[in-house]
Amino acid sequence: MTTVEKSPPPRVKRIGARARAQRKEAIALVVPALLPIIIFSVIPLLSGVALGFTDATLARNADVNFIGLGNFIELLDDSRFWDSFGIGLVWAGSVALLTLASAMGLALLLNSDLRLKGLTRVLALIPWAMPPVVIAIVWRMIYNPNSGPLNGALSWFGIPGVNWLGDFSTALPAVIVVGVWSGIPQTTVLLLAGMQSIAPEQHEAAAVDGAGAARRFWHVTLPALRPVIIAVTVLDFIWQFNSFGLIYVLTEGGPGGRTMIPPLFTYLEAFRNREIGYASAMGNVLVIAIMVILSLYLINQFRQNKKVSA
Amino acid sequence: MTTKRPLYATVLMYLALAAYLFFLGFPLLWLLSASFKSTQELNSLAVNLIPLDWDFSNYSSALERQNLLNAAGNSIFVSVVTMVIAVLLSMPMAYALARLKGRLRAAGTVWILTSQVFPTILIIIPLFLVLRSLQLNDTLFGLILVYVTFTMPFTLWMLQGYVAAIPPELEEAAEMDGAGRFTILRAVILPLLVPGLVATAMFTFVSAWNEFFLALVLLQSPELYTLPIALRSFLGAEGQTQLGPLAAGAILATIPSLIIFGILQRKLTGGMLAGAVKG
Repeated sequence: MTTVEKSPPPRVKRIGARARAQRKEAIALVVPALLPIIIFSVIPLLSGVALGFTDATLARNADVNFIGLGNFIELLDDSRFWDSFGIGLVWAGSVALLTLASAMGLALLLNSDLRLKGLTRVLALIPWAMPPVVIAIVWRMIYNPNSGPLNGALSWFGIPGVNWLGDFSTALPAVIVVGVWSGIPQTTVLLLAGMQSIAPEQHEAAAVDGAGAARRFWHVTLPALRPVIIAVTVLDFIWQFNSFGLIYVLTEGGPGGRTMIPPLFTYLEAFRNREIGYASAMGNVLVIAIMVILSLYLINQFRQNKKVSA
Repeated sequence: MTTKRPLYATVLMYLALAAYLFFLGFPLLWLLSASFKSTQELNSLAVNLIPLDWDFSNYSSALERQNLLNAAGNSIFVSVVTMVIAVLLSMPMAYALARLKGRLRAAGTVWILTSQVFPTILIIIPLFLVLRSLQLNDTLFGLILVYVTFTMPFTLWMLQGYVAAIPPELEEAAEMDGAGRFTILRAVILPLLVPGLVATAMFTFVSAWNEFFLALVLLQSPELYTLPIALRSFLGAEGQTQLGPLAAGAILATIPSLIIFGILQRKLTGGMLAGAVKG
């Protein structure tokens, strides 16, 4: 993901029939995949951006007018959208960071000399394999105030039950736990791959110098993993910011909008209120937010590369 | 590699490992246990993983009464067709991405990366309109075309990693013998690519099988629902009594993905990512 291409080798200009034949071949190779990409990805993407500047609705045969920045001006004052935006940042940020911390712990354990780690590796993939809808269904059962095992276990200690997904104060933390649970396997696998590419000599050298496990982690593992950690966390954040299914099935944005992440809010605006122009404007704002995050990441990446090559 | 560790540290590490296993594994176990429990037991606050009396009727009830059989059929159809089309269309382009340099490769990579971070919610609205104008909304075929497109960044990325791992010298030798690009693709690349194709196909199957959001927006008729949508709709109708069949249906919907992940787990924890990332 993070490889940066070195400057391309000097290209020799090939002239004539051979070059043209090669170009034809390349086109023939690419066209079958390119057609669906253009029709179902590139065109919708561009028209999605354009729709944000119109008053389009889902009603058939309705007039569509270009209204310039009208939607965006309306959006500036739409406090429900900005509440949702804030919830989205909290949700994505918490899930990305907590997933990183939990996955780092698991990856360190799996990279050690413990027994049973083969088995653990296989079992740890379970959340990755489960369909998001099923994940949401299971956790609804676990969080169920009247028959869930969580409240059941609390009652052993005489602690009164909590309506986890229905209470204003616990709903967002409860869905964040589910987000972390479902994100751990993928992040662990990526971190583990990074750890295994660290040369054992580095650890040995540090150990010879008398560094204990904690110091080796801090001075050898962590610096070597830095690029992986940043890339994984940025990607996790963006994926969670865009995610939909898990929270839709868990809470549908409730209670009282406490878990109404922006994709859900936009979905309801488009397909329940049928205001697709306004909803697309929201989508555009989300794209801008993601581009800001990505460009911060890329600038950071660029600086790192410069430092290394300097 | 590691130096001697005090005993208490080892004990702590095993405890931590056990805690992870419990956290990650408990939800599936609980679901499995719920799928065999009676309604009465499901509605109690008792925490027991082994049902007091085993009730197998949840499974038959899920399949017959809730029409999950039909949804499972739709899911299998959509996932298999998506898998076949996506892999067939991606292979030539993945080859081009891995072997041909220049602007095409750059544009392909940019698109693959962009599609990973772009919010689906912005694309789904115009996509809905495009499908409606092609009269493909609320059809399984329309859903398949969308799935093919949305899994392609992933299939292209994986396959081009596998192609890049094949030494180009093999192709050069065939080229010397006068073979054209397509002959090379079929006779040299394809046989070597089979393991990569199988792994990619399985992943495509799982992502189509698990997908929820696109199906939610694009399918309206209940008889076309895929499993995730059918399960979700039966959650909406969740009287207290429906939990058992719901759990049974959820288990049935998870089994195919679990089996495929079991087969692919070596690739997941081992070389595949490295190979695909290096590109």
